[in-house]
Amino acid sequence: MNDWFPKDFWTRNETLVAGVIVLFCIIATISDPRFFTITTVSDLLRASIVIGILAVGAMLVLVSGGIDVSFTAIAVFAMYSSSVLFLTIWPGAPWPLIFAMSVVFGAMLGAINGFFIAFLGLPTLIVTLGTLSVFRGFLLTFIGSQRISDLPPAMRDFSRGVLARGTTEAGNFYSIPWAALALLFVILLTWLILKKTMLGRSIYAIGGSVESARRIGINVKWTQFFVYVYVGALAGLAGIIHGSVGRMADPFSLVGLELSVIAAVVLGGARLIGGYGTLTGTLLGVALIVIVQNSLIVIGIPTTWQSVTIGILILLGTGVPAYRAKRAAARAG
Amino acid sequence: MTTHSPTRDITASPEFRLLVIAVLVFGLMSVLSPDRFLSAQNLTSMAFQFPEFAILALAMTITMMTGGIDLSVVGIANLSAVAAALILTQFSDPSMPASQSAAWLAFAVTAAMSIGAVAGLLNGALVAFFGLPPILATLGSGLVFTGFAIAMTGGSAVMGFPDTVALIGNSQIFGVPVPLILFAVLAILLHLILTRTAFGLRVTMYGANPVAALYAAIDINRMLLKVYVISGMFSSVAGLIIMSRANSAKADYGSSYLLLAVLIAVLGGVNPYGGYGRVIGVILAVLSMQFLSSGLNMLQVSNFARELIWGVLLILVMVMNTHAVAALRESFAKSPK
Repeated sequence: MNDWFPKDFWTRNETLVAGVIVLFCIIATISDPRFFTITTVSDLLRASIVIGILAVGAMLVLVSGGIDVSFTAIAVFAMYSSSVLFLTIWPGAPWPLIFAMSVVFGAMLGAINGFFIAFLGLPTLIVTLGTLSVFRGFLLTFIGSQRISDLPPAMRDFSRGVLARGTTEAGNFYSIPWAALALLFVILLTWLILKKTMLGRSIYAIGGSVESARRIGINVKWTQFFVYVYVGALAGLAGIIHGSVGRMADPFSLVGLELSVIAAVVLGGARLIGGYGTLTGTLLGVALIVIVQNSLIVIGIPTTWQSVTIGILILLGTGVPAYRAKRAAARAG
Repeated sequence: MTTHSPTRDITASPEFRLLVIAVLVFGLMSVLSPDRFLSAQNLTSMAFQFPEFAILALAMTITMMTGGIDLSVVGIANLSAVAAALILTQFSDPSMPASQSAAWLAFAVTAAMSIGAVAGLLNGALVAFFGLPPILATLGSGLVFTGFAIAMTGGSAVMGFPDTVALIGNSQIFGVPVPLILFAVLAILLHLILTRTAFGLRVTMYGANPVAALYAAIDINRMLLKVYVISGMFSSVAGLIIMSRANSAKADYGSSYLLLAVLIAVLGGVNPYGGYGRVIGVILAVLSMQFLSSGLNMLQVSNFARELIWGVLLILVMVMNTHAVAALRESFAKSPK
């Protein structure tokens, strides 16, 4: 058994999801040959960047055995308040500074979640449901509830930056924005943390069993605290990218997306009870959700059925492994 | 805690703290805006407002008693309401005689309740037979229910009901608003189920300790199915009230009620890990929330600030309750075995 072709390859969630994606693409290409073009691929990639970054964070929380539903509120809070801050004090600031500010805001809000969860030991779902409405309520009450479309010019410059652009023979325009690099960076950084550091192992260990992790000397509280701060920082980054690329600081955007993001992560095989989750799976889950959200109509399903389709995908994608685990436990017991 | 005097137990319970909070909020609001908050008009309008989300909170309560959660309550409520609304608009029209349209209304209500029951059965089956964690099962099924409601209506609101529909949400019997009566009936029903039946005992036992419940030969799957069916049917009643009060039905009505229902249940002292919960606590929590909400509304505080205050309240109460539990555990650990 090696890393590239694990023994359980055929029974993994990742394989299942990849299979569904391939099947979907084949059906889509048959019903509309224009589906399989670089234009579609670059559209889908652009749509995945923000969700992808958020999903990596959500995956880390699930691996640690918790659940976070407040990250969309953190993302929009960090994006909006850093935009407003720089518009008031220094509209000409370079974009890396604005982005860094948003990441810092995100990390700070994540620290609030981390404090209640790690140090006061409150249930993660209840805390993040509470902070979701606190962050959103605070933003809309005290910082602003107006959409801002004249953002600092540097943010517009960022959204213009592309890695590659061009026109296909059929005359369709495509482009891959800089933001794709941010997703790549987040994936690499998270991979390094999870695979190459003690911290990453601690996160998996806590998700597996908090008590065992504590007994082998892992500092459970600080590890949990780190997870929520890191997720907050990622949310801050995703938020500011969302604002820059959309060229609008909209305080009503993103919130409501959290369940789709968690759905993508769970589809990718991360387990709600913790201790299990991979980046590959998460990204495949994101790809599936984005494809379903953007291309359902291509294979002839009206968009009004989108929620039903995603709901059924979640129930199947999580139900099949859960049922298998239950059967296995019954046989063993 | 070495002595167990009954008075001490009452004052230490989360319900007593809630009673204090409810009275304080009521008093505060009465002082801050006496002529408006205490007006008969305001008191009646509060009695019309809170039952719809209070019933969802009751649905949440029974699932939380088992250590589960039902994130699909709003989805079920809207799907039931949309189904009832479609039946009413397809088969009856305002020109019909009242008795005929009342018959159609009864049919629509039955259909909505059946949908609630079937949806609950689906949730229960996912949790019990497929072993899905309740959060995921009801998250996914909630999307499916909302999705069906969108697909049935194309995403727009269904309206144009006969007048009889207003009976559910906008009328009074002997001066008491009908939604309040419905809430009272369901609250008493749930209280009796939880405290007076063997089923209620099983629910509490399973929530307190699933392994012990298994060894006590409780048919857990059957119990879970019933719990989610009850939750589903309660949700559909809430959906019907929302439909009647809005005089229309739509797939995304009451989306803020999900958080509110969880908030009220937790505020009411229901343990989200299962095993403890009292209907009286939920009622007190609902009242505190409604007093706070109406009062803030009169003081012209924005909806957004209300959301902020609810969130703060949720976390605050969790901190208070958890630390009470922790202190309790410590005192048990210290006492000689």
